[in-house]
Parts: sequence; C-alpha cells; structure tokens
Amino acid sequence: MSLRSELGRVKGLGSAKEGVGHWKLQRLTAIALIVLSLWFVTALMSVVGAPHAEVVAWVGETHVTVLLLALSLALFWHLQLGLQVVIEDYVHTPWLQIALQLAVRTFAALGALLAIVSILKISLGVN
Amino acid sequence: MSRSKPLSPHLQVYRPQLTSVLSITHRLTGIALSAGTVLILYWLVSAAGGADRYAAAQTFFACWLVKLALAAWTWAFFYHLCNGIRHLAWDAGYGFDLKQVYRSGYAVVLASLVMTGLIWACVLSKLGGAA
Repeated sequence: MSLRSELGRVKGLGSAKEGVGHWKLQRLTAIALIVLSLWFVTALMSVVGAPHAEVVAWVGETHVTVLLLALSLALFWHLQLGLQVVIEDYVHTPWLQIALQLAVRTFAALGALLAIVSILKISLGVN
Repeated sequence: MSRSKPLSPHLQVYRPQLTSVLSITHRLTGIALSAGTVLILYWLVSAAGGADRYAAAQTFFACWLVKLALAAWTWAFFYHLCNGIRHLAWDAGYGFDLKQVYRSGYAVVLASLVMTGLIWACVLSKLGGAA
C-alpha cells in the first residue's frame, strides 16, 4: 500500500506519464507563433524580390535578428509537438511509430539549428 | 444466430460535415506547413551563403511552379493560424454552441482566403515593380 495521496500520485502523470506538459507547450508555442509568424509574413513583404545586400541588412537589424531567432525556436518546437500527435494517432505499427517520431525530432532539431546558425551568420557578418 | 448490432459509423459512409472537414484540414495543413519549412530553410541558408547563392535561390523561387507551391503554403499558413485561434478559443471554453461552431468555421475559411489574396497581391505587385 502506498501512502501517497491520490492527487500526488496523479499530478503530472496520466496515460502519457507526462501530465499536461505536451498540451501546455503546444498552446504556448501556438500563442507565440500567432505574433511571430504574422510579423514574419508581413515584414517579409519589405524584402520580397530585394537584392542580397538588402536582405542581409534587414536580417542584421537587431530586433529582426531576435524575432527571427524566436520564430525559429517556436516554429520547430510547435512542428515537432504537432507531428508527434499525428503520428501517435494514425501510425499503429510500433517500429514505424518509433522510426517516424525519431525522424520528426531529428528534422525539427536540425531545422531549428540550421535556421539559427544561418540567421546568426548573416547578423554577425560571418561570410 | 447472430443479431446485427449497430456499428459506429465508418469514415467512408459518413457524410462529410464542415466541422469534420475543417478538423482534418487543420492536421493536413500542419503537415504541409512542416514540409514547407524546407523552402524557408533553403531561403535562409542561401542568404547566409553569400550573394551568388542567394541569386541562385531567387531564380529557383521565380519559377511559377515554386510560386504556386508557395501560394498554397501561404493559404495553409493562414488557415492553420485562423483555425488555431479558433482552437485556442475552444480551449478557453468559448464558442461551443453549434451555431457558433459553424459561424467560426466559415469565418476561418473566408479569412484564410482573404489574407492569402492580400499577401499575394502585395508579392506580385512588388515583383512586377522589380522586373
């Protein structure tokens, strides 16, 4: 017999053994993305068709650099959380499920790193 | 003797409704948007790679087929954004009345189309001016 209270036992657990962590993070990154992605799509209009030097100058502005970095983090995090649920819901073959989850995580991690390094390279003038 | 029991409806014989179609579209656009990040990454990496690489990327993005894919991606983005806000409102406990669910559903479809049109009108006018 365990002496732990019912609440203590159930807190932060549930069938996924991680409580509401995933659900919460998906919403938090979603709210961040409402602001960041809307900013990105509208701000991008100022450099559509612009030559390289102009794009570099735009990315290099401090607030643009920071917002692009924040966008990269939120985007690839949200992408991983969302695709994870889709795979959990529709892929029922155990080995395939694990392989796909690994592939999605690898893609999201590398994508985020690639975006962040590219943004920093441009911003810090490492060319 | 076996008695036929009622079965839960199978998707193939279940009449599509606005609610169910918009729901699965949210997931499909999420998957499409994820795949589309490859294009954004290509654009960023080219910009970081110098003027020559960026010029090559610009030639690639000028192709009408790529533009068409980007336009579809833009719609997927605005749909997922608008419907995502709809989901957040549901998470907060608002808009569950059936009438409201349908009204917000049609609003999401309309808003996503209008926003996509506005962005591409802007893109095409900019490119027209540059060419």
